[in-house]
Amino acid sequence: MPGAIYAEGLVKTFGDVRALDGVDLDVPEGTVLGLLGPNGAGKTTAVRCLTTLLRPDSGKAVVAGVDVLKNPDAVRRRVGLSGQFAAVDEYLTGRENLQMVGQLYQMKAKAAKVRAEELLEQFNLSDAADRTAKTYSGGMRRRLDLAAALVVSPPVMFMDEPTTGLDPRNRQQLWDVIKQLVSGGTTLLLTTQYLEEADHLAHDICVVDHGRVIARGTADQLKAQTGGERVEVVVHDREHMATASEVLRGFGKGETTVEEHTRKLTVPVTGGAKLLAEVIRELDTRGIEIDDIGLRRPTLDDVFLSLTGHLAEAKDEDISAADGTGRQRKKEAGK
Amino acid sequence: MSAASDAVQLTAPSNPVSQSVRDSLVVAKRNLIRMSRIPEMVIFGLIQPIMFVVLFSYVFGGSMQIGGSTSPTDYRNFLMAGIFAQTVTFATAGAGAGIADDMHKGLIDRFRSLPMARGAVLTGRTLADLVQTALTLLVLAVVALLVGWRVGSDGDTNAFKVLGAFGLLLLLGYAFTWIGALIGLSVRTPEAATSGGLIWLFPVTFISNAFVDSSNMTPWLRHIADWNPFSATVQACRVLFANPGQSTSEAWPMQHSVWASVIYSVLIIVLFRTLAVRKYRSATA
Repeated sequence: MPGAIYAEGLVKTFGDVRALDGVDLDVPEGTVLGLLGPNGAGKTTAVRCLTTLLRPDSGKAVVAGVDVLKNPDAVRRRVGLSGQFAAVDEYLTGRENLQMVGQLYQMKAKAAKVRAEELLEQFNLSDAADRTAKTYSGGMRRRLDLAAALVVSPPVMFMDEPTTGLDPRNRQQLWDVIKQLVSGGTTLLLTTQYLEEADHLAHDICVVDHGRVIARGTADQLKAQTGGERVEVVVHDREHMATASEVLRGFGKGETTVEEHTRKLTVPVTGGAKLLAEVIRELDTRGIEIDDIGLRRPTLDDVFLSLTGHLAEAKDEDISAADGTGRQRKKEAGK
Repeated sequence: MSAASDAVQLTAPSNPVSQSVRDSLVVAKRNLIRMSRIPEMVIFGLIQPIMFVVLFSYVFGGSMQIGGSTSPTDYRNFLMAGIFAQTVTFATAGAGAGIADDMHKGLIDRFRSLPMARGAVLTGRTLADLVQTALTLLVLAVVALLVGWRVGSDGDTNAFKVLGAFGLLLLLGYAFTWIGALIGLSVRTPEAATSGGLIWLFPVTFISNAFVDSSNMTPWLRHIADWNPFSATVQACRVLFANPGQSTSEAWPMQHSVWASVIYSVLIIVLFRTLAVRKYRSATA
């Protein structure tokens, strides 16, 4: 049985740019899929196709058990969408925004009012409820946007780069809200260019680039694909680097990389913490003073780099805003 | 999750017409709240036509010939139907800019992801603009009375006819906001929608009977003016207000101006609403 979000062979072209080039997705009910990729990879286009905002050129999509192409209005009743930039009316108060969305979800005016109150409370916006959204901070606007997407407690949620542009504190807050939501059984598709975010929130990750899924799996599986763990040492004294390198060669399972200017040595290992302890003892015995040492497991940055040959860094916020539209430009993220 | 929201997401709306009306009113209310919080927009919308009334009345007033008379009073009585009609068409720019702004800010995406009636976002906007237009007309009529405009200055009329004239003006304004809606959905920025909503209005409102007697124009220009949908409403207002300078042209819209005004406005609404709603369905920010 297909999952709560299912897509098969989605293709969408804008002019001669293939924004989606045959994307397959399957998100089991109650889980979180992280769609990870650089700007222009096709993440937003995928979300827009799955939420009925764009019609794919070909392919099949089923969301919450409903065929997206055949019955878009039924899909709209079952999904919540929180976009890339907070889509709230800045001249309306927080309360008015939520009431309006509730009514447009076909709730009765009174029910919409009650629900708005609940959400304002839940999203810590009660104090600001009667101020226009214009006066809200970036984090508050995101929370209001997310609240608007949750008015009918939809079983399936789409969040398109929910934390782009937020400061760390607000990002952490939003993550907590998202985790709480998922623990309540909501199925979530989340796009992000923050590898840390996907690692933190998603059960499964699809890495997309140039409109294709280039890798999928759990964060751990993807990391394992990239390679095992490494020991990283930063020595205090530049003169000790040669000796330290010799020590590491004895423990390592491969070539030692040496960065002269940072006094950092890295070597692939197997054996985990036990081995790390041995390395420390040996360095100590030889009288090598160290500033830092650690067992480093590959990050999703490493995964992305090894998969695509370039880093998944945001190069241009404006492009991400235009992603999935006629204005989309093809862009190499790693130039 | 409340029981109410449960029921909402699982049942399809029973009656599409009542859903459409309800959704449109929700959106109209939203736009009216917005307008009330940006009063400077409404005020600027008022200053321009008031300026036109005063400038045209006093600057052109003495030099215009209306029905063989050069009296400033006659020109003022002639002019007001034209100014009223031009003012209602300027609502086009407001509607266009508002919708372009909603696109730009991602609100159209939000609305399109909701299970609401397809035309409601645009209908709600045009209805809110209609309210604003009515308000503007009211203020303008008071100013016109202050500078000496009088209904029944060239024949008999009654309250019913005068209200009818204002009804035609509102209908024309409403029709033009649908043109604005299409412009707003077609351009990339609110600024472009404002200028794109305005420039073409100048030839439309000036190649007409609004400010001068069209019988003095060169023949080809006069034909355009006589058949201009905008002229029909101006002529109908002059007839219903019993103001001077009514066209004696043989052209059908001038001879049957009230009917022509209604038909033109309804045609514009049907055509541009269809185009705009179609455009909305595939709109992307």
